Amino acid sequence: MTTEARVTHAETAPDARTTGSNPLVASGIDGASVSFRDVVKEYGGHRVLHGLDLDIAAGEFVSLLGPSGCGKTTALRVLAGLESPEGGVVRIGGTDVSHVPTNKRDLGMVFQAYSLFPHLTAVENTMFGLGMRKVKKAEARDRALAALELVGLRDFGDRYPAMLSGGQQQRVALARALVTEPRVLLLDEPLSALDAKVRVQLRDEIRRIQLRLAITTVFVTHDQEEALAVSDRIAVMNGGRIEQIGTPEELYRDPATPFVADFVGLSSVIPAEAMGGHATVFGARLPLRAERPDGPVEVLLRPENVRLAADGRGEPATVLESTFLGSLRRTRLRTESGVAIRMQHSADERLAFGDNVRIEVSADSLAVR
Amino acid sequence: MAGLTRTGAPSTGMPGTPDAAASAAASAAAPTVTPAAPSPSGARAPRSGRVRATIAPRRATTWVILGVVGLVFLIPIASMVEFTLRATGGGYDLSHYTALLDPANAGKYAPIWRGLQGSFLLAITTVAIVLFLLAPTMILVTLRFPKLRRPLEFLCLLPLSIPAIVLVVGLAPIYLAIGRAVGTGVWTLAFAYGVTVLPYAYRAIQANLDAIDVRTLTEAARSLGAGWGSVLLKVLAPNLRVGLLSASLISVAVVLGEFTIASLLNRQNLQTALFVVNKQDPYVAVILALLALLFAFLLLLLIGRVGTAAALRRSTPRKDPT
Repeated sequence: MTTEARVTHAETAPDARTTGSNPLVASGIDGASVSFRDVVKEYGGHRVLHGLDLDIAAGEFVSLLGPSGCGKTTALRVLAGLESPEGGVVRIGGTDVSHVPTNKRDLGMVFQAYSLFPHLTAVENTMFGLGMRKVKKAEARDRALAALELVGLRDFGDRYPAMLSGGQQQRVALARALVTEPRVLLLDEPLSALDAKVRVQLRDEIRRIQLRLAITTVFVTHDQEEALAVSDRIAVMNGGRIEQIGTPEELYRDPATPFVADFVGLSSVIPAEAMGGHATVFGARLPLRAERPDGPVEVLLRPENVRLAADGRGEPATVLESTFLGSLRRTRLRTESGVAIRMQHSADERLAFGDNVRIEVSADSLAVR
Repeated sequence: MAGLTRTGAPSTGMPGTPDAAASAAASAAAPTVTPAAPSPSGARAPRSGRVRATIAPRRATTWVILGVVGLVFLIPIASMVEFTLRATGGGYDLSHYTALLDPANAGKYAPIWRGLQGSFLLAITTVAIVLFLLAPTMILVTLRFPKLRRPLEFLCLLPLSIPAIVLVVGLAPIYLAIGRAVGTGVWTLAFAYGVTVLPYAYRAIQANLDAIDVRTLTEAARSLGAGWGSVLLKVLAPNLRVGLLSASLISVAVVLGEFTIASLLNRQNLQTALFVVNKQDPYVAVILALLALLFAFLLLLLIGRVGTAAALRRSTPRKDPT
């Protein structure tokens, strides 16, 4: 029982354990800048990276976001030196590392699969990288314990990986990756094997630690919510190319391509007529965020930009489906003109299949594709 | 007499070694097989019977089966023990055992000690081949050339289907060349033995390779600054410990029981020496066959122990507290 209680404590309240000065935080990490220049990677004639260009500033947290097979993991593995590209240059801290083997690149990496060494305890796992750097045993142990403290697992140092939960294993893997004070931290979908609650906790903790250490971090994920929550910038990838790179707000507000609009957040695409930099959608004339010549355009609406209209205003629509999500409800509708729309609204308004409603747009301006 | 130690050896209860294939190989490779020592898998039958009580046979049936199997194994061994205890003038004593250690008989038994020496040297060399050639090759195939896994498996299991006689016919000209190049020492047999132990060693190591995520462990170690040497010695070897140990022990058991190849290539090992001494003094030959059986049995016990110890450490993973 007591063990269980401690486990729960460590999972839910790591902050209580990591307050005060931590030697790893005090010594600081000098994050390095990272750049990809025209990086090409092929697998058996199939091109998975089409001349990737990406610049990451020192200390920045950049997510590579995209569906599976978009090349995001390949890009990370090229940066790690686990794959050798067919062309292009990868620089870390301004130095070309294209021909530097993985073990000499001074990186920390957390993998999607549990990657702790099963024959070593948590603290021995954390000491591994220091041992490779010829750090003395006693010093390595102190530093490893400090790193474990940073992830809230100081008291679990003597456990073998098999005796730790999935979330705890990934925390130890994070401590192991950070303890050597690497120039870049690489996260290859480290949260995807965890259950929802632990995933959110660890996600926020990774960001908190990253900010404290100011370490350059590349985070690969297919989960847009994860990427939006923690990143300084997000690079949305599709088919081996970066579709758009920007802050989470930029991507959400001004998706550059239909793919980004669809992948980041849930967008509805509405046909409209542009005239003088404005477009009329469901009876409301709103300014367009980008210049478009007069004529037909397609505008993007987020679920939160659509609301129920009062007193016979707005556009008539029929409810297709309404999902209760706790604090709110998300409803799919079809307008009389046949346009599919997603709407997010108060959970009090209980809509059901077949209901006829009227909707309007509640945005200051419109994103166009 | 010659194939005596052979039979007990490959029928381990070890995970990953197909007992059927192993014993089939044993009978194929050693035509002079006599009934074997009680195998560990036989000894474990009652325990598994208790765990899966619902589908196990009735208790009485279990004991009958155990009894019959036990008798088949025990009668020849008991007869061997009885034989070695017979005194020259009738009755029983330990005279044959003491004679073995009597300095006066040193010349008579010299081939046995030489053969034993040769067999141990061969065991060590064969284990070295398994650990330093086969295991790294298998790791390399897993990491770099996964497509070669099936061909490698086929190649490694092939010796099971080749009788020792056939192997020798093929090897004879090669050993002529080996003899000219590095001499005709007993240890050169290890090249042939390295081939005969391939199926057993491959199975033991592959089972272990399948149980761990070699790629992720390797990449994690590389990202932490480990060179290939460190990856092999500090990360993969400890996690392949059970497989490597099983492969080594089973190789030792196979090598110590090998007769055909050594005999036909005119090299002296334990089994050929036993065969020679058997003609002059059958008592000593049987005593040594018994000792060899005991040694093989202890090896198997050790394999079982190694597996259990590793299983104990891998306790059940904890679920994520929610």
